[in-house]
This record gives sequence, structure tokens and C-alpha cells, in this order.
Amino acid sequence: MMQKILFGNLTWQAIPFNNPIIMGAAVFMVAIILLIIGALFYFKQWKTLWTEWLTTVDHKKIGLMYIILAFVMLVRGLIDAAMMRLQQAIAVGDSMGYLPPEHYNQIFTAHGVIMIFFMAMPFMFGLINIVLPLQIGARDVAFPFLNSLSFWLAVVGAVLLNISLVIGDFAATGWLAYPPLSELAYSPGVGVDYYIMALQISGIGTLLSGINFVVTILKMRCPGMTLMKMPVFVWTSLCSMILVILAFPVLTVTLALLCFDRYFGMHFFTADAGGNAMMYINLIWIWGHPEVYILILPAFGIYSEVVATFSKKYLFGYATMVWATACITLLAFSVWLHHFFTMGAGANVNAFFGIATMVISVPTGVKVFNWLFTMYRGRITFTTPMLWTMGFISTFAIGGMTGVLMAVPAIDYQVHNSLFLIAHFHNAIIGGVLFGYLAGLTYWFPKVFGFKLNETLGRYAFWSWIIGFYVAFLPVYLLGMMGMTRRLSHYDAATGWHPFLVVAAIGVLIICGGVLFQVAQLLVSIKNRASYRDVTGDPWDGRTLEWSIASPAPFYNFAITPHVNSRDAFWQAKQEGSHQSETKPQYEDIHMPKNTGVGFIIAVFSGIFGFAAVWHIVWLSIVGLAGAIITVIVRSFNMEVDYYLKADDVERMERERQSMITQMATKAACCGSVATQPQILNTQNI
Amino acid sequence: MTHAATHADHSDDTDIFGFWIYILSDCILFASLFAVFAVLQSNVYGGPGIKELSNLSYVLIETMVLLASSFTYGLSILSVYKNAKYRVLFYLGLTFLLGASFVGMEINEFTHLFLEGHTWQSSAALSSFFALVGTHGLHVSIGLLWMLLLMAQLITFGMTPVISRRLTYLGLFWAFLDIIWIFVFTIVYLMGSI
Repeated sequence: MMQKILFGNLTWQAIPFNNPIIMGAAVFMVAIILLIIGALFYFKQWKTLWTEWLTTVDHKKIGLMYIILAFVMLVRGLIDAAMMRLQQAIAVGDSMGYLPPEHYNQIFTAHGVIMIFFMAMPFMFGLINIVLPLQIGARDVAFPFLNSLSFWLAVVGAVLLNISLVIGDFAATGWLAYPPLSELAYSPGVGVDYYIMALQISGIGTLLSGINFVVTILKMRCPGMTLMKMPVFVWTSLCSMILVILAFPVLTVTLALLCFDRYFGMHFFTADAGGNAMMYINLIWIWGHPEVYILILPAFGIYSEVVATFSKKYLFGYATMVWATACITLLAFSVWLHHFFTMGAGANVNAFFGIATMVISVPTGVKVFNWLFTMYRGRITFTTPMLWTMGFISTFAIGGMTGVLMAVPAIDYQVHNSLFLIAHFHNAIIGGVLFGYLAGLTYWFPKVFGFKLNETLGRYAFWSWIIGFYVAFLPVYLLGMMGMTRRLSHYDAATGWHPFLVVAAIGVLIICGGVLFQVAQLLVSIKNRASYRDVTGDPWDGRTLEWSIASPAPFYNFAITPHVNSRDAFWQAKQEGSHQSETKPQYEDIHMPKNTGVGFIIAVFSGIFGFAAVWHIVWLSIVGLAGAIITVIVRSFNMEVDYYLKADDVERMERERQSMITQMATKAACCGSVATQPQILNTQNI
Repeated sequence: MTHAATHADHSDDTDIFGFWIYILSDCILFASLFAVFAVLQSNVYGGPGIKELSNLSYVLIETMVLLASSFTYGLSILSVYKNAKYRVLFYLGLTFLLGASFVGMEINEFTHLFLEGHTWQSSAALSSFFALVGTHGLHVSIGLLWMLLLMAQLITFGMTPVISRRLTYLGLFWAFLDIIWIFVFTIVYLMGSI
């Protein structure tokens, strides 16, 4: 009785001590955590960790932390993928493979949830955080404190998901947890509860970020930057964030109702008492389809920036690019039913959604042609970001075509829930979203760290990824045609699927090689950072405002607020030579937000609430919830949340940086490497 | 005038715009709950629906109490413009009483239904009723807590720009909840009893 009150449903049985795979993963995670804690003690970095990172409200640092989170989760998701591919490569006929079905089911659920919510979303927010304020000439986002809160809520979601690996289990329902399978009657364990809590907590963070960036874009652009002078990445981010604001509340409601079913015995989606499971599937896809565009639109923006920079041309068809983005944003809400044509809504309904789906390929096609025409007669430099972009254009075209194929309801009846679908959306998400984010990461890396990434290893990583992708997923298309359905942990030898699945497994191995190259690229670049140093702040001969300031960007971003009067403002300034000036700039006091640990503390309390709710520990969930609310209240009594950075200090820091850059440039020059002469940057005239 | 200097002055405008966008997202949240209610309201599973269970005149009184609270909130905002701290406090207190009565009446209605055996576990229709109306009630309760907090801050800090901006937020929130309630009253109660 006492134990029930203190620990809810949590007992020692929750930890699967007899499962070597999970225990191995647990030992690995604990070892890494101990290593990090040990390193923090050894290098005496606890104070730095708190003052520089956990409490930071600087959008560039938050963005960097988002990307670290995304990369860690990418590795976890990739391990899940490799485990599934290995299982399918050996579990044929008499062999049952090495994963029992209940574990296999958790792995494919976790793989999907991780890759979408805790890899792609943080990666996207990381890039937007780092770049977007710099591109619009702003000193920060509109709500710096909310930004830090959003990030820490995302971390809490990811942590809950990873805890579920060791304590209890994760949902075994597929990544969207369709009822009635996800209802208490059929999933009595804690897996679905972990799923709900992790997504609700991180989802609130996502919604806050969406509001934050829409306000930042609409209200904080530098003087002269009208909407149609914004870089395309800003446009696509704006549309993506509008989709976040419109779609994420639906996810919140849907998961909350599922939670009510499971916790309070309500009957929204249950099989009895009048519940309607198909309503869940409608609701989740009203969020889920826009979610796809939330991820891909910023990637489209990145390609647009990269392709213009490395073709040395203005982006072809800027206005059509903007309108295509807006069309996709609008149409994103009119196609959700194509995820379940087989529901039986009737021919007319299916026809409507089928046609709407096909229509969406028109603006997307406009974009593809714009990129191609930008490259046409451009002076193309084949850097790694450009390779990712060109790999994307061809790969995504294939993914788009298989998508349009499935938009025909009659065909969809054949391939619904088959591996053809799996191949299609991996084609769009790896070839579209992930390639884009990796292009963006390589492209903007120098702006964050002040040095470029090694190009050779980047190239190896790109080729491993793209070859691995085709080896892994072309057989999966064929398997779909052969009738193999998704989520199988075992199949009969007579199906003839085995050779294809072996090839697919080899493909994943090649992709793993790509990730190893990326890790090597990072390590080598850090080791040789002196020779990759970006002295000018403009390593790629860029076009937009972020390249007009030093690398790494100072914490106040722009010493002087830029004024723009054209698209690709920095490029134009360079053409006119007006970005360099002999006149002494007039510095002014800069209004800055103070660092605060409140976001971190609220997130910790939310995590406590989530964990306690999963295990039905009533007192602890009250503590978590009350703690979060009280922290907000205490924060609201703090009236000194900002300060002014004095003009003299700005001037001093700018001068120090100039002399440091000059020193580095001379040093680099005598070492024989090519270094451009430092420029006296004056952004006022841009 | 430069951007840096105007940043602090402009932030009021920016912040309130952000709050409007939050309200937009909350609108979507309620829209989803209304849609769920529309789909499930007839799935009564052999039990009574809201039509048979609701007492229209009781709900009408509830509605009037909530609308009156919005009026008194408006009066308190007018007093903010006149910088009359104690009048603001008085009207906020009045608004709080009216809001609390609304929540009290709702709790009373829910308890009544529960005691008669009509719970959210009875049928999908009742689940969706309790979820929709309850979510609105929860929002009002959060608004009440927020109002108490702002009254405390008004006493502590006086009529500062930050406090008056927060009162604007709460005003938007409060008016928004009124509008949602009008929809609840119409769609759940009035249309339910046709």
C-alpha cells in the first residue's frame, strides 16, 4: 500500500535486467553520462555549463544545442533502423531473427518518433535559431526566454523517450499510436504513456517556438527589409512556423484525448461505448500532414540559399518561390485524408483528396525548376552544401513522383501500408529534409564556430549517404510492389523477399559509414581548425546579411543595425563596394536580455511531471506540475530581465576582434595558406 | 531614431502581437474539441445525451455571469488608462468574483451529473461534453489564478508599464474565453436542446 502511494506502478520489474540488448544500451548510456559528468569535474566546467549554456538566451547557442540534440538522436534512430534491417535480413523461414516481436514493435515505433520529433524537429529549430535572426538583421528572437524554455522542453521529451528504453517499455503501436491498439485494453503497459508525455511536453515547446519565430520575422526585421526582400529561408521558415501554430494544437488535443481515454476511462477512441477510432486517425493526420511540410519547407529555404550562393546568381524566380511556398502552406491542410484512402470515405471524398494531393506537386515542381534555372549558366562551385543540394534535387524528384503515384486512390489501395509507402516517405524525408539540413549545417557551420568543415570528408559523407540511401530504399520500393507490408518482424522464405532485404541492410551499413565520416569530419575540422579559420566572416562569398558580420557571430549579432534596400543585400553591397568603409561607425547602446535558468527549471519540473504521470505516482506529478507553475509565478515577479550593452563596450569588443582577425590573417599568411585581407565591416550602408 | 533605441519601446507592440498569435493557436485547440464534440455528440451508447441532461436556464445564468465579468474587466482596463490603481483593483476583484462564480456553477453542474451517474465514462458523447466544457472551465480557472497574481503584482509594483501590458494580455485572454463560451452555449447547450 505504502509502496503504491510512493512509487505508483513503478517496481524493479520495470527494468528488463534479463534483456542483454537493452541492458547493453543502458550501460552505454550510463557510461556516456558518467563520462560527461567526469569531464565536467575534471575540467572544472560546471560553472561554465550553467552560466554559458543551461541559462543562455542567446539564439545561436540555443540553436547549437538543438543541433547537438538532433545529432545524438540521429545516432539513436539510426541504430534502431540498423537493428530493424538486420532483423528483417535474417528473420526468414525457420529463423526468427534476434529480436522478439514485442521488442521489434517498440523499435520501429521509437525509430519513427525519434527521427521526426527528436531528430528532424530539433535540427530544423537549431538551424532556424542560428540563422534566421542573423538573416533579418535582428539582435535576437522576439522572446529569448521562451526560446530557451522551448529548447529545454524538447530535451525533456527526448530524455523521457530514452528513459523508456530502460525503465519500463516504449509504445509498440507504430509512430502515430493508432487506437484502438494504443488504448488501455490493448496496450496496458506504460509504453503509450511515455509516448504521450514525451510528445506533449516537447509539443508545447514546439508551439512556443512557432509563435516566437512568427513574431520575430514579422516584427523584428531590420529597416528596409520588406517582406519581399527577405531571404527565401526566412520566407520558408515563416510559412513553416505558421503551420506549426495551426497544426500543433490539433496534436495536443488528439494526444490529450487519448490520454483521457487511458487515464480517466473516457471513450473518445475506444472500441466500445461509442468511441470512434477513425476520428483519431483523421485528427492525427490533420496535424501529421502539415508536419511533413513543417519539416520540408525550411529545407527548401536552405537549398534556395545554397544554390544562389554557389551559382553566384540571384535566385531564379524569387517571387514564384515565395508564392509556391505560400501555396504549399495552404494546401498542406487539404490533403490529410490521403493517408487513409482505405478508410472507405467513398469515391468522391477520395477523389477530392487525391486531386488535392496531386495539385501540391505543382508548386513543388515550380521550386525544383527555379533551382535548376538558378544553376543554369551559373558559375557553380561544387562545395559540400552544393553536393547535398544537387543530390536532393534528383532524389526528391523520385520521391515526389512515387508520392503522386500514391495520390491516385485506386493505386493506393494496392500499396497502402506496404513497403512502397515506407520507401516513398524515406525518399522524401532523407532525400528532402535531411539532405537539406545537412547542407545547411555545412553552409552555416563557419558562422557559428568561426572555421569551415573539412571538405574532403564532407564529400565522402555525402557520397556514402546518397549511395547508401539508394541501395537501402530502391529494394524497398520493389518489396512494396511484391506485396510486403510494413512492420513485419518475420516472413516466409517462399515470398522471395529475402535477397532484397539483404541488399537493403547493406544500404543501411553504407549510410552508417556516412555518419562515421561526418563524425570524422567534425573531429578533423576541430583539430585543424586553425587552417580552416574563417577570417573574413564571409567564407562562401555569400549574399545575405549573416555573412556581413564576423565569424563566429558576436553575441549581440550586429554592432550596428543594418539597413537594406534590396534582396541579397550583402551581395549588392559587395558589388557596390559599400560594405567597406573608412568612416568610424557610430555605436549605440544595445538592449539585451539577461540570461536565466528559469526555462531549464520549468523543463526539469515538466520532466518530473511526465515521468510521474507515466507511472501514476500522484504526489510526484503534483510536485512536478506545481513546481513548474510556481517557477513561472516567481519569474513574473522579476522585473529586471534585460540590460543595456554600452556603446563603449561594443566598440571595444569590435576593435579587439578586428585586431585579433588581423593577427590571425598575418599568421595565416606567413604559414603559406591563402587568407583574404580582413575587411573593416561597416554594415550600416548595406 | 535608431533601431537599438526603439527596441525597448517597440517591444510592447511585439509582445502583444505574440499574445494574439497564442490566442490564435488556442482557437485551433478549441476548434478541434468542437469538432470532436460534433462527431461524438450522438454516440450516447444507450444513455442520455446532453439534450436530456442540461438545464438551459441554469446555463443561461452561467453565461450572464461570465459576460458580466468581461464587462467589469473592461471597466478595470478603462481605469488602467486613467492610472487609477485602486479602481483597477476593485474591478479586478469584482471580475474575479464573477469568474469564480462561473467556475463554481460549472463545478456544481458537473457534480450534479456525476451524482446522477452520468460521468465521462458513460459514453463517447459525455466524454466529449466533459472534455470541451471542462477545457473551457480550466482556462477560466487559469485566468482566475492569473488575475490573483496580477492583483498581487499591482499592489507590489504599482501601475508600471509592464503591469499594464500584462493586464492587456489577461484582457485579451478573458474576452477570448467569453467568445469561446458563446460557442459552447450555442453549439453544446442551445443546439443540443433542439
